[in-house]
Amino acid sequence: MNALNDLGLIIGISLMYAAPLIYTALGGVMTENSGVVNIGLEGMMTIGAFIGATVGYYSGNPWLAFLCAGLAGGVLALLHAVACVTFSADQVVSGIAMNFLGPGLSLFLSRVFFEGATMTKPIPLDQKMPRPLNGVFAQNSFLDLVFNQYATVYLAFLLVFIVWYILYKTKIGLRIRAVGEHPRAADTLGIDVYKVKYLAVILSGVFAGFGGAAMSLAAVSNFRATLISGQGFIALAAMIFGKWTPQGSMWACLLFGVAQGLVVYLGGTNIKVSSQLLAMIPYVLTLIILMSFVGKVTGPAANGVPYEKNKE
Amino acid sequence: MNNIDFSTKVIEMKGITKKFGDFVANDNIDLTVHKGEIHALLGENGAGKTTLMNVLYGLYLPTEGEIFINGEKVQITNPNIAIEKGIGMVHQHFMLVDKFTVVENIILGKETTVKKGNWNTGHLDIKRATKEVEELSRKYGLYVDPNAKIEDITVGMQQRVEILKALYRGADILILDEPTAVLTPQEIEELIQIMKSLTGQGKTIIIITHKLREIKQAADYCTIIRRGKKIDTVKVSDVSEKDLAEKMVGRQVNFVVDKKDIEKGEVVLNIDNIVIKDNRDLNAVDGLSLELHKGEILGIAGVDGNGQSELIEGLTGLRPVESGKIILNGEDITNKTPKYIIERGISTIPEDRQRRGLVMDFSMAENFILEKYHKEPFSHGNKLNHDEIRKHAKELIDKFDVRPRNEDQLAKALSGGNQQKVIIAREVTNDPDVLIAAQPTRGLDVGAIEFVHKSLVEQRDRGKAVLLISFELDEIMNLSDRIAVIFDGKIVAILDANKADEKTLGYLMAGGGVDDERKQA
Repeated sequence: MNALNDLGLIIGISLMYAAPLIYTALGGVMTENSGVVNIGLEGMMTIGAFIGATVGYYSGNPWLAFLCAGLAGGVLALLHAVACVTFSADQVVSGIAMNFLGPGLSLFLSRVFFEGATMTKPIPLDQKMPRPLNGVFAQNSFLDLVFNQYATVYLAFLLVFIVWYILYKTKIGLRIRAVGEHPRAADTLGIDVYKVKYLAVILSGVFAGFGGAAMSLAAVSNFRATLISGQGFIALAAMIFGKWTPQGSMWACLLFGVAQGLVVYLGGTNIKVSSQLLAMIPYVLTLIILMSFVGKVTGPAANGVPYEKNKE
Repeated sequence: MNNIDFSTKVIEMKGITKKFGDFVANDNIDLTVHKGEIHALLGENGAGKTTLMNVLYGLYLPTEGEIFINGEKVQITNPNIAIEKGIGMVHQHFMLVDKFTVVENIILGKETTVKKGNWNTGHLDIKRATKEVEELSRKYGLYVDPNAKIEDITVGMQQRVEILKALYRGADILILDEPTAVLTPQEIEELIQIMKSLTGQGKTIIIITHKLREIKQAADYCTIIRRGKKIDTVKVSDVSEKDLAEKMVGRQVNFVVDKKDIEKGEVVLNIDNIVIKDNRDLNAVDGLSLELHKGEILGIAGVDGNGQSELIEGLTGLRPVESGKIILNGEDITNKTPKYIIERGISTIPEDRQRRGLVMDFSMAENFILEKYHKEPFSHGNKLNHDEIRKHAKELIDKFDVRPRNEDQLAKALSGGNQQKVIIAREVTNDPDVLIAAQPTRGLDVGAIEFVHKSLVEQRDRGKAVLLISFELDEIMNLSDRIAVIFDGKIVAILDANKADEKTLGYLMAGGGVDDERKQA
């Protein structure tokens, strides 16, 4: 293998691992721009990954599976919205609850549907997410390694554009951002603050569910307990690093994707580094980025503050 | 006055009562406003004037009473209905999104979008919105920069944005809640002109205020509210400021603060060329020098955001001083800890009494000893002496007439005036050489203001130095012996109080003097 192909391999793997992070980070962008912190994205990703793999296995239709995964994430997010928006609960505490609920529910249902197993049965190759550009480039050429990706990867980048468009170019986007910055101002102008927050929080769960499915239906082909191990939190870090914007979060997710790509690539070479140390790279990177950026960038002004209508 | 159409009652509120639990905020209030009128609502803090307007704007539902708009009986259950009926409200604390542009703030909630046939795409049409805003701003003489972000424009312009926001929604009746609280004298002048030009174009304005002079200058009629009850509605040209004040407070008011003539003494605090950064890492205080003498009240006049807060935090040890020196009684106290500075003789009545002045969930007795809990007789070793703490609290409550007379009362359950009394009692008993008073009367009623002013003058008469920082120019002018004007983190002028007039001060506060210097240089 020549150096160009090695590079192609790294880029390809990076993109594949960046995609789930991008979906989830976009979820974070949505919810936090409306002023609701959702650290439960990890749990929503997990339930999305499980439902995606399960529906994919039983139905054989990856797209149906993908949509169901989004739905599952959305349902969990609805619980978060009820707690945080309607009942003004502490958003971090509710998020932690979601992070217990997501994996717990996934493992429980896995035992129900797969004869007591804590992992789902693998989805046959031809029933995984399709690769729209398969066969366009010569096999294992640089272009093939980079661009022959699962559809979920392309969709992730499309979603970046869509979220950007919604947030900055449309009426509903203006309202979401207004609610995250100054909910009382929005309220006095007749905007239903709670409705806007519900919408944003539910969408964040849907996106996180997509992110989970992008792991279980594309990056690998089944769900297991350790499949989602911190990606939700890494996506949140990427969102902060990306200054709460969809495009910024995308670049940050790509950086984390590269870290993951290096882990996989170096693991396959002759370099003698323990795999445990290699596997730490993305998490160490997260720590470094959070240490150097948190506190210096500011998010939406009313982020994390419950809004109570009749209180001065 | 010639704009008023007495045949049209745009607003008629009849027998409005609003109760919050057992508390009656509005008690059977009637209010009639004619078209083209500037109608002032006068009352002390907590009298119920804002509540009444929140009822009119649909933020609160009245417990009893009826509202008629242009003769038609209406139920205003939420702000949307008020907006529909042509009522717009400019709140005391602006309801603007700092990170949004002027246009975005104005159109929020009533967005201009691209329509294709019958299909509303939901795509914002900022270009068309900008044009609409520009037209509106020309029509009413309200100059704004449509594409500037709110965080970058002056408070005066922010207020014009708020007014435009209401006009954009087709408001014919504008409610302005304490609109002058944050403005410089020149901006107030401008606002009065705007209000007059708006009524000239058929709009009706209700202004909520407790400033008598502005009522005399701007309003046609004035309704006075005291403790939730309507006292009177008067034609402003028929009454004097003193009459208005007495109706508002319900007793004789003494406008003038009695001060003994005393010689100012030696320098006690010397601030030498200090630089202090704000949270954004910019020099908020930028080479500021000031000398404070014994037996004087030195007032610092200035518009909010010119470095006042950072200066106070720097002097009290809460924020690092980057360069320069602060000398207290010959000792360099720059960047010492707050505890050290308090013990050396600087006490502070802080700007935000609820966040910096008191621990809201502590009792009065505990709040009284926040600065001396570690000393005898309040504690011995690691153990607090509650008997002494209570005794101390009882003495101060008596001496400063704090109500209720219960040292176990939590600070958060006290009224604003009594909270301030607790703070003043605590700080004055430190017997400081320098007392810093930051916005000491913000949000207090007339009785409490009189008390605060008396306490500050007492300190001065005892030969202590008082540094008074206030956005209320009247307060600065009434109390101070000397007035220093702060602009852009520097003292741009120091005047003798008896030689300073409002116009000069306003000019200096807006940076007028600085520009002249720059021109000369």
